[in-house]
Amino acid sequence: MGVMYAFTVLALVPLGLVLWLTITKGLPAVTHLEFFTNSQRPSGIPGGGVANAIVGTAVIVSLASVVAIPIGVLSGIYLAEYGIGQWASWVRLASDVLVGAPSIALGLFAYALVVVPQHHFSGTSASVALAILMLPVVIRTTESAVALIPNGLRESGLALGLPRWRVSLQLILPAAAPGVITGALLAVARAAGETAPVLFTALGSQFLTFDPTRAMSTLPLVVFRNALTPYKDLQQEAWGAALVLVVMVLVINLGSRWVLRRQIRLARQL
Amino acid sequence: MAAAVDSAVAAPANIPRPPDRYRTFIAIVSWAAPASLILIVAVLIQQAWPSVTKFGPGFFTGTDWNPVSNSFGALPFIFGTVVTSAVAIAIALPIGVAVAILLAEPGAQGVRGMLGTGIELLAAIPSVVYGIWALYVLAPWVLLHFEIPVTDHLASVPFLGGVPRQTSLFTASLVLAIMILPTLAAVSRDVIKAVPRGLRESTVALGATWWETIWRVVLPAARAGIIGATILALGRALAETVAVAMVIGNRPEIPHSIFSPGYTLAAVIANEFVEATGDIYQGALVEIGLVLILVTLTVNVLALLLVRSAQTRAAL
Repeated sequence: MGVMYAFTVLALVPLGLVLWLTITKGLPAVTHLEFFTNSQRPSGIPGGGVANAIVGTAVIVSLASVVAIPIGVLSGIYLAEYGIGQWASWVRLASDVLVGAPSIALGLFAYALVVVPQHHFSGTSASVALAILMLPVVIRTTESAVALIPNGLRESGLALGLPRWRVSLQLILPAAAPGVITGALLAVARAAGETAPVLFTALGSQFLTFDPTRAMSTLPLVVFRNALTPYKDLQQEAWGAALVLVVMVLVINLGSRWVLRRQIRLARQL
Repeated sequence: MAAAVDSAVAAPANIPRPPDRYRTFIAIVSWAAPASLILIVAVLIQQAWPSVTKFGPGFFTGTDWNPVSNSFGALPFIFGTVVTSAVAIAIALPIGVAVAILLAEPGAQGVRGMLGTGIELLAAIPSVVYGIWALYVLAPWVLLHFEIPVTDHLASVPFLGGVPRQTSLFTASLVLAIMILPTLAAVSRDVIKAVPRGLRESTVALGATWWETIWRVVLPAARAGIIGATILALGRALAETVAVAMVIGNRPEIPHSIFSPGYTLAAVIANEFVEATGDIYQGALVEIGLVLILVTLTVNVLALLLVRSAQTRAAL
């Protein structure tokens, strides 16, 4: 038993190290207000920030969410409520496999589908890649959240004469909402942290823009590109962006665990 | 898994049920996932076609990657991907299974619950964050405290000699091992948990120690599932892009030592695609992407089948 504890602690060492170094190296960058209000500047010019990347991440991920979350939630409900046939098992297999699809391939796909016909890089093309990335996560979390709702609730709705769609969308979905929302948030966190699908779709841009039809930067792109430059100030910026990403991911993940635990407890009481 | 209630509310057979339009609608919506999967593969095949027709199967055995002379062979990348993934699995497998055994132990949670949360957070950290950490912290440390001592003492052993470098196949493997560990541990934990409790209890009742129970009964019973978890982790390792691209050294050669720089399939796409000009060059990179997605899809389906059959068999 002691051996297993030792191995587990060993496995957690990288987590501790990553968190510790991101905080110590990222804090000096993040403590300036300009980091969040100014856009990126070339090396040597003080006062640079990552506002352009924060806006880019927000716009691109929002667009992806608007597409992926409704489709994913409805697909998840389908799997949970009607998911016994052959078709449902194909949907389940496809979403399980899609989770493991290389994210770089999604980038290539969005490039061919959106960037090539438009002849320029754009935020929307990155949203296409990220929407596909988010879809399976939303589908499977929605399915498990909806499946947790006891049949009594469905049956009482149907007994009152409600049509199926109202039972499903107005009774079951609100009851399963915490689980569905956390699933969507986890998908958002994952999409916001992805680099490979945005490399040659959003491409990156030094300028602050809210227009998703143009090239945009995202936080992971700032980390990736700046980390590989030889300039200390740009590397500093990369660590700062990494810290922002890590904080976002940790908050969403820990928060969602808490909500999910409550959801399971509530569902048992129903 | 799914709680279908059709049988509980089925109308008597002689009353025709109205067509359920809602069901039809969400069934159609749920086509999105399978449809996008098929569309991705189709688009990548179409984009890769110039390269597929030009190089044929020689693409996979060629070692020359030269955009200037339009000569593309993917063997160095295949080599790098296979080696880094294999080394990563070799490092992560024993640790992952040990973590899984600990987390699957029946009884009080407490400390173990927190350790489990930690392992899951390990999976949540974006790969680019692992990349920057590995580049600036892990790689220099590994060079100084592992690669140099090993090459000094074991220079005559194949794959371990040569001049060690910070950015190397080994550093990339180490980062991959950290990144696939949560997958390995979480899936193995579920499989070990599915081993029937009676099996454990009867073994203990026969006088076996905890260690004997785990080693001789629980692990053999969960073997198929653990293999599935390993294959699933392998799929993650093959597909990982940016963290590897940051620490592998990005040199399109087949190195003689694991401590030398190399390249992987995913990394070459990430680094070169934006600058790739011409149908052949772009096609060659997309073909690499196509190979990558087809291999990971196959690997994932295989792993899912193994894990699922292991869980259902254990449940019987």
